[in-house]
Amino acid sequence: MKRYILPLGGFAVLLVFLGVGLRLKPQEIPSPLIGKPAPEFTLTQVEDVRNVFHSRDMRGKVWILNVWASWCGPCRAEHPALLELSRLAVAPVVGLNYNDLRGDSQRWLKEFGNPYQVAAFDGDGTTGIEFGVYGVPETFVIDKQGLIRLKLTGPVTSEQVRDKLVPLVRELNHG
Amino acid sequence: MAKRWRALLFCAALGVAQAGETDVVLDQRLNHVAEQLRCLVCQNQSIADSHAQLALDLKREARQQLAEGRSEQEVIDFMVQRYGDFVLYRPPFKSVTWALWLGPFLLLAIGLAALLYNVRRWDQQAEALEEQA
Repeated sequence: MKRYILPLGGFAVLLVFLGVGLRLKPQEIPSPLIGKPAPEFTLTQVEDVRNVFHSRDMRGKVWILNVWASWCGPCRAEHPALLELSRLAVAPVVGLNYNDLRGDSQRWLKEFGNPYQVAAFDGDGTTGIEFGVYGVPETFVIDKQGLIRLKLTGPVTSEQVRDKLVPLVRELNHG
Repeated sequence: MAKRWRALLFCAALGVAQAGETDVVLDQRLNHVAEQLRCLVCQNQSIADSHAQLALDLKREARQQLAEGRSEQEVIDFMVQRYGDFVLYRPPFKSVTWALWLGPFLLLAIGLAALLYNVRRWDQQAEALEEQA
């Protein structure tokens, strides 16, 4: 009986490791930018090239930056949740239109509804790189001091809006 | 007149050759950087090997920075600041990664110790049997 203890113990340890491994999500890479100043950017707006958006104009406000693209399927999936977030009006939602064609994103906003107070056009993804964007959609919460407080990777769900985004924005607004 | 033209042509050719050479050097440096960076959407490839849009974008960014005169290390630091250690194809040795680097050697040592222990025991058992015989 005793001789089985060691192999069985080893097997149990292996099972624990494999079990933990199954729960890990390698697609979700922790951002080193949490708690750091959000990169500043100046971009034209999706709807009109003549209108420019400066991220520094958001100083003193808690705001949400949502990175999206018209070619991105999961962005379509999160769209209803974003519209809901925008309706709740807890914080301005700014869109960062990543690696896209202006015509495509304009059509997308017209067709599915525009959840953004401002949609900034980052056609070649340069600003996306500054934010460490590696997959769309991604969502950042930025506080009054301009620090990134939260990053969500992947489509935002209405549960996340209710349980994460809204409470955090409220907390930051009071703080 | 013809002489002057020839001189001009020669200079132009020289200029092109020089530009070509710096391009080659730049490509080499870019490749050297790209091999060390992980493509985050196709995680088992470096951005040098990958044709994913993100990899192409990061290569474009790295190329531009190198052309502006930044060092390879500066470009890599730029990426780490934005994407974290995960962007490094070869994880750095630090407190959170020591198990990753030393774990295999530790396991090897445990295995060798167990093997040595058992071989000795078998030897002793064999000797004991011989003595009995």
